[in-house]
Amino acid sequence: MSHDQSLNPDIMPNEPEKATLEGKNKFLGFWFFLGGETVLFASLFGTFIALRHSTADGPTGNEIFGLELVFIMTMLLLTSSLTSVYAVYHMRNNDFNKMQLWFGITALLGIGFLGSEIYEFTHYITEYGFTFRSSAFGSAFYALVGFHGGHVTFGLAWLIGLMVRNAKRRLNLYNAPKYYTFSLYWHFIDVIWVFIFTVVYLMGKVG
Amino acid sequence: MAENTNSNESNPYQKQKKKEEMQKQLISFAMSILLTIIAFVIVITDMMDEMFVVPLLLLLAIVQVAFQLYYFMHLKDKGHEFASVMFYGGVWAAVLTLAALGVITWW
Repeated sequence: MSHDQSLNPDIMPNEPEKATLEGKNKFLGFWFFLGGETVLFASLFGTFIALRHSTADGPTGNEIFGLELVFIMTMLLLTSSLTSVYAVYHMRNNDFNKMQLWFGITALLGIGFLGSEIYEFTHYITEYGFTFRSSAFGSAFYALVGFHGGHVTFGLAWLIGLMVRNAKRRLNLYNAPKYYTFSLYWHFIDVIWVFIFTVVYLMGKVG
Repeated sequence: MAENTNSNESNPYQKQKKKEEMQKQLISFAMSILLTIIAFVIVITDMMDEMFVVPLLLLLAIVQVAFQLYYFMHLKDKGHEFASVMFYGGVWAAVLTLAALGVITWW
């Protein structure tokens, strides 16, 4: 079986996430999936860029965007990216408790980000009446940023599921690839956010 | 006899390597924070013309994303050749998508 090594976690190999064939396949397949995700977000970004001035007399980005909140959200997500790097570092040192701790911090930062985003959307809807149906700009904005928020939500559910399910199993060659795959996903979410704060918010304030 | 050769506890070389890796990742994190702050400051202080600001912002974003991909996601490490091919295949399709949407909008 692929996780026979789990019987003795004291002799974990150097990169436990790629020590089994299953782990290698997960690693490769997940990078392929991320390539597909890139195309998905490219189409949403392309749509947004094409429609960002089509505001149909509704609110424009320049009027509603508050850069303070966006900056805080960027910092939260960037820091959560670093904390998951720490988690993988401890995974490779076979230190399960520290890995869980750092992934836990990652989850908390992710929840902070998601809370800020929900607050932001609520603020736009109640204060400015800016909804998905306000204009083509509104549809493109909520589709793009909402899709990213959906990815964060899914990632949080994934991470919490992983942490709870494996809490008593400890680290082994069966679940190490699962944690590693999640860390790749979480970094990818941050990659997308870098382009969102640049293209949507900063460029929305400029032009 | 061979059972303990892979252990992390008894391999100071691997431990040192991971430590150095961590330092590089911390530097990447500091650089990302710095680039983010630069991008926000450029926009908030309104210091440049739009024609220069947009390409500069995109450049800052791409550099920051490269830090994520190569240091945080280990794309620079050995054994990532196929992963790179898979991912950059996706990026290539993404570029074509953006180009196509750009062309039908502004041609």
